[in-house]
Amino acid sequence: MARMTMIEAIRSAMDVSMARDDTVVVFGEDVGYFGGVFRCTQGLQQKYGKTRCFDAPISESGIVGAAIGMAAYGLRPCVEVQFADYVYPAYDQIVSEAARLRYRSNGEFTCPIVVRMPTGGGIFGGQTHSQSPEALFTHVSGLKVVVPSNPYDAKGLLIASIEDPDPVIFLEPKRLYNGPFDGHHERPVTPWSKHPLGEVPDGHFVVPLGKASVRREGSDLTILAYGTMVYVAEAAAEETGIDAEIIDLRTLLPLDLDTIVASVKKTGRCVIVHEATLTSGFGAELAALVQQYCFYNLEGPIARVTGWDTPYPHAQEWEYFPGPARLGQAMRETMEA
Amino acid sequence: MTEHGPLSLHVPEPEVRPGGTPDFSNVPIPKAGSVPRPEVDVDPKEIRDLAYSIIRVLNREGEAVGPWAGTLTDEELLQGLRDMMTLRTFDARMLMAQRQGKTSFYMQHMGEEAVSCAFRKALAPGDMNFPTYRQAGLLIAGGYPMVDMMNQIFSNERDPLKGRQLPVMYSSKEHGFFSISGNLTTQYIQAVGWAMASAIRNDTRIAAGWVGDGATAESDFHAALVFASTYTAPVVLNIVNNQWAISTFQGIARGGSGTFAARGLGFGIPALRVDGNDYLAVHAVAKWAVERARRNLGPTLIEYVTYRVGAHSTSDDPSAYRPKEESSAWPLGDPVLRLKNHLIKRGAWSEERHKQAEAEILDAVIAAQKEAESHGTLHAGGKPSVRDMFEGVYAEMPPHLRRQRQEAGV
Repeated sequence: MARMTMIEAIRSAMDVSMARDDTVVVFGEDVGYFGGVFRCTQGLQQKYGKTRCFDAPISESGIVGAAIGMAAYGLRPCVEVQFADYVYPAYDQIVSEAARLRYRSNGEFTCPIVVRMPTGGGIFGGQTHSQSPEALFTHVSGLKVVVPSNPYDAKGLLIASIEDPDPVIFLEPKRLYNGPFDGHHERPVTPWSKHPLGEVPDGHFVVPLGKASVRREGSDLTILAYGTMVYVAEAAAEETGIDAEIIDLRTLLPLDLDTIVASVKKTGRCVIVHEATLTSGFGAELAALVQQYCFYNLEGPIARVTGWDTPYPHAQEWEYFPGPARLGQAMRETMEA
Repeated sequence: MTEHGPLSLHVPEPEVRPGGTPDFSNVPIPKAGSVPRPEVDVDPKEIRDLAYSIIRVLNREGEAVGPWAGTLTDEELLQGLRDMMTLRTFDARMLMAQRQGKTSFYMQHMGEEAVSCAFRKALAPGDMNFPTYRQAGLLIAGGYPMVDMMNQIFSNERDPLKGRQLPVMYSSKEHGFFSISGNLTTQYIQAVGWAMASAIRNDTRIAAGWVGDGATAESDFHAALVFASTYTAPVVLNIVNNQWAISTFQGIARGGSGTFAARGLGFGIPALRVDGNDYLAVHAVAKWAVERARRNLGPTLIEYVTYRVGAHSTSDDPSAYRPKEESSAWPLGDPVLRLKNHLIKRGAWSEERHKQAEAEILDAVIAAQKEAESHGTLHAGGKPSVRDMFEGVYAEMPPHLRRQRQEAGV
């Protein structure tokens, strides 16, 4: 075991995977010699050579398109898009190609790729360094969508994603790279070294895809969260004194519906929280499922606390970001409903 | 106001529209045999003019001339003629089948048969094509069973793709034919990635990417050229310039601003332009580019100058946007006729044998069609199971799909 930040855990996952399987290749913008703008691939080129870890031209569709071709050949590319905000030029390759290759070729060609991308706000990233585009991927059949919230899960989920036979969109909340963040921007950030989930095995292990984790057991209401919002939920539970059960979804597609349904059936109330914008966001799918499977157990309407339906602003960072105050307010209203 | 007049937007137009007289006098056609054949390890800077000429082997008299001649034996040429005739007959039958409602859709290759048929013969087993929807010659010339192609077109119970794909979107890993996508040019950069993978693994296999003139305007064309050049990937990048992208003439993709081949030069990729209706020239150029890739010398861009004689698809009527007689005015003629005449000139073929071959091929295609139809057509007979609709989205079916499959009653 070792103390790792999320960055180190992600790097370790690629290191372990590259050492175990020589078909694993890693590339993207600034990923090679420099080791990535967030240091996630630092040292990999030096360790595995330029043909296993290399810099790519600034072309997201090129990076993902080339990875799909490599996967069709038989490699397992784990590629990086520098910010999730810049994945859109690759959207055609991801949606029309990676997601459908197995289906349309009846399994003749498959696409075991991972597309890693830093996601989320809370860092004064403005409009193009803060977005949470997960709903654009959860709407696509054939993809898997993963969002870790801590170093342990980040490593285990990334190794599982690299080993998965299907394409995985791996969204890394960059706000969590160096330490957990509960939305209290006025307080100093604690590093991962002070958090139990900063304890990560050095070698190979996996956290299975499609399995949520109950981060806090509770009986009053269920909070469905992922990424940075897991810590916002923990803070809101403590501050409101509401005995909330907090579920870290970890994988959005395929979704661990059983864990969600069991929890809401127990608590009878549900609050969904995500950074992404409200309308047609992933919370809408969660709300629809909870309504469908827990209708007779619900004691109040399902609440959604999310980013506003605006582009992500710069100066208004903390009025936009769904912090513990907003979530706490929704929890109180849900309890009173 | 200012000393300048108002700005105006330029929108290119083809020289001739329906009702007009076709005119290709502005298309310069170099003499057969006039373009030199460089060594494959030539410095790309020294052959920049090959991107502006047209490599041709067969002259007006049907003779093979010049430095690109001589890559094929009589026997290979006869097989090439047979492949092209088969593709043409296949097209004609499937076009008819679509009109009869046996399938919803078809796209023919009329006039472009030489490009894919001859290119296929320059590849080795294990190489991978990333084709568009207009390179079925790669399958025909590669010996893929016509019955399986038809099963796919009819979406019947033997459809290798289980009825999931639109007709003509074939896939055959075994035959070096990557799964076709409806999304244009996506496969171009994938071909480069596949070639990079082969290089990463120190393999000896190469890839071939395919795109039409219109689809070169897609951004993935640019991505493919950048990646191919940056990593000197062992890939042959083919552009089939058939002058038309559905109703838009190649000028809308900015053909005429130099050539499509010349776009490779800015990326440092050697680029050749070839007579796409000359089976011998296509093969010779393909062989050159394949050898370059195989010897780790990097990518080559090839523009095949040809003409889309048929409609874009069975859903298209070209008489609405171009003169009906335009294809017969096309100065590079018909690829089947030109190879036929050449073989007759060589003494390897005759009108009589040609007629006989036409009849044999028609019989073979009809026999294949009969067999395919015995397994069903789109609206009649056997079809893939509804269960197949839910399979293969993922390697393992996730719970939400299982629930939906149960909901659908399968």
